[in-house]
Amino acid sequence: MNAHSQDTPHHGDGHATQASHATLKGYVIGFVLSVILTVIPFWIVMDKVFDKPNATVLVILAIGAVQIFVHMVYFLHMNTRSEGGWSLLALVFTLMLVVITLSGSVWVLYHLNHNMMPVSIQDMKNMP
Amino acid sequence: MSEITAHSAAGGSSAAAPRFYLTGEHHPENGTLLGFWLYLMSDCFIFAALFATYGVLGRSYAGGPTGAELFDLPMLAVSTSLLLLSSITYGFAVLEMQRDRVKATLGWLAVTGLLGAGFIALELSEFAHMIHDGAGPQRSAFLSSFFTLVGTHGLHVTFGIVWMVTLMFQLGKHGLNPANRRRVMCLSMFWHFLDVVWIGVFTVVYLMGSLR
Repeated sequence: MNAHSQDTPHHGDGHATQASHATLKGYVIGFVLSVILTVIPFWIVMDKVFDKPNATVLVILAIGAVQIFVHMVYFLHMNTRSEGGWSLLALVFTLMLVVITLSGSVWVLYHLNHNMMPVSIQDMKNMP
Repeated sequence: MSEITAHSAAGGSSAAAPRFYLTGEHHPENGTLLGFWLYLMSDCFIFAALFATYGVLGRSYAGGPTGAELFDLPMLAVSTSLLLLSSITYGFAVLEMQRDRVKATLGWLAVTGLLGAGFIALELSEFAHMIHDGAGPQRSAFLSSFFTLVGTHGLHVTFGIVWMVTLMFQLGKHGLNPANRRRVMCLSMFWHFLDVVWIGVFTVVYLMGSLR
């Protein structure tokens, strides 16, 4: 008798996939939000909405971060419960490393470039 | 570890010794999904390193072409739409899998694969044009880091498509057994993760690179 091997879709996976129950509503919301959050940065850049490039950069980075968050929640079903909280912990740890790597690299190399800038012979002679 | 038993030390009273239970952590029966997630985190870090490299070298044009001169934003919008659509079509595949419908799952996986292939085709054509115009990876540090970062993402998508085709054959042969369900969920995480990385790529590389 095969009663036990394939009962319901969730039975074979145990509790491992409990947190990743997808719903049509979730995907559609995620998709619509993503489209909006994609169109806006493209429009800002292509139509030169802001005068200052700095403002543009800040805004599109912020919107990109929000869209990543939307993807995490609606497509990747990120929440505090999946895998007993280990998923979120792993993500937070990784993000911490990523932030350190990105900001650290940009900071260090910016200063390195600045300090390595060629100096004139006159200035060189005046160095201690 | 989930049960601690304490016995009262006061001389031999055989009245019910208190038992303490730790309502401990619930361990999942199969660790594959968490394991795959951890792999994805390491992959995320690889991309972070490539982003950091681009962040440092992305304006070193060596007198060569800049992003503003090279990037075709309307085409980028098409590529981005293809990838975003492929994320939701994969979602539809997962929904069909939850309803135990193999054929419908296969159908949506096929659509996802085609959208992904379209994305890669556009990207390859973009690379070919750039190289043809002298803006290859050897032209400047900006272009080296561009090709490495965007190329690595494209390679990931390509391998994802290979995996998808393989999985479709397996689904055709063995149906929605537990192993195949796990694989569909793992590929799902992989595929959505690639879209997450693409958000970073199109924002930092293409949109920011087109400014000024």
